[in-house]
Amino acid sequence: MNSIHDMGGMHGFGPIVVEVDEPVFHEEWEGRAYALSIGWFPASQYKEWGGFRHNLEKIPPKDYLNMSYYERWFFVNEQKAMQLGLVTEEELNNGNADPNYLMPQLEPHPDSSLGSGRLDLEINAKFENGGVVRAKEINGRAHNRLPRYVRGKTGTIISDNGIYALQDTNEKDEQPYDDPQHVYTVRFSSEELWGNASHGNDFIYLDLWESYLEFA
Amino acid sequence: MSRDGQKIDRRKFLKGAAVGAAAVSSTAISNAQDQESADHQHAPSDIALRVKALETVLTEKNLVDPSVLDEVVDRYENRIGPQNGAKVVAKAWVDSDYKARLLDDGTAAIGELDLLGTEGEHMVVVENTAEVHNLVVCTLCSCYPWPTLGLPPTWYKSSAFRARAVIEPRAVLREFGLEVSDETEIRVWDSTAEMRYLVLPRRPEGAEDMNESELADVVTRDSMIGVAIL
Repeated sequence: MNSIHDMGGMHGFGPIVVEVDEPVFHEEWEGRAYALSIGWFPASQYKEWGGFRHNLEKIPPKDYLNMSYYERWFFVNEQKAMQLGLVTEEELNNGNADPNYLMPQLEPHPDSSLGSGRLDLEINAKFENGGVVRAKEINGRAHNRLPRYVRGKTGTIISDNGIYALQDTNEKDEQPYDDPQHVYTVRFSSEELWGNASHGNDFIYLDLWESYLEFA
Repeated sequence: MSRDGQKIDRRKFLKGAAVGAAAVSSTAISNAQDQESADHQHAPSDIALRVKALETVLTEKNLVDPSVLDEVVDRYENRIGPQNGAKVVAKAWVDSDYKARLLDDGTAAIGELDLLGTEGEHMVVVENTAEVHNLVVCTLCSCYPWPTLGLPPTWYKSSAFRARAVIEPRAVLREFGLEVSDETEIRVWDSTAEMRYLVLPRRPEGAEDMNESELADVVTRDSMIGVAIL
């Protein structure tokens, strides 16, 4: 979907601020929020990262920018838990489970995995190394991993990384479509992507699923 | 570049959130740019309560196990971090066969050291040379090789870095104190799929007599992301 998460090439965010000797987690809640995301993943009904990322992307832009990284993670988990009916707003406000509330008995998603989406399949590759490709214009509201800044742009395949499940979601059910296909690393010149703002010796590499690409 | 105790407005982003007083950051933050300050870990005072509430309620319903959460926190605070990636780099510096394997198939070579895992199942190692400098980013979220570098620093997750690394990498590197000559090719790796990237920095001059363990101690996180050289 076309939203604020797709930041590549944007202006206006100012300098990069580096915190010296930064701790892994600044406060205890950050560690718990992070661990909760990992710990409840099977119960969350997410199948893979795609659905989780889609929910991050659906945070309204003004809120997305006002939240820190772990606030976003926590926020989508909290919303998802309520949407699934596993917890109620009242329970969260009280800080304890309500023994009189009957939550739906949801089995963990059968294919839930935080692991690799790589698949051991034999599928013919459409493109080969050195091939010149163009990234398609894909502007649906569902989740994809094709940044706006390369759509319509031409690059060169430099490697075929094997077969992976597509992470794109159907917006309705937030689950990836799967649709196994080759994922290629594509090299784009700064000149192609950024024109007047480019540098002749800069190159940008993206890993793109086959269905994002067409022959140029 | 940062200062403590910066007062910020409470972030109202959840209907029904517990009511809290205006929050005062308890962490070191900077607000060099107002719009950027949200990328830093200043919490509204109520978020700690909300996190605690969700964990407690899910625990009481047997949907999470707090000991599993303890283990996850401990793993990333104490056991997984840039020291892992530094072992890979140091080994590549002293063992040319390993380096060749690492650049040919990063996943297999890092697997030899048992350093693969969640958000780092498929590894690509890119080598800095006299002619090429590499920089890693994830513009869409903040993908990062957890098993070799740990969890990403705040700046890596910041809007500014995500936005700028692909359009003006040289300006970004300059902010990190790194001037890259026009003759040097810059390669920016935007982690859009499941490959995770580790930069193999150039071995520093003056390190000829160091052994592998001593070398690992000089490898920094930033050098393996590509915002520093050694």
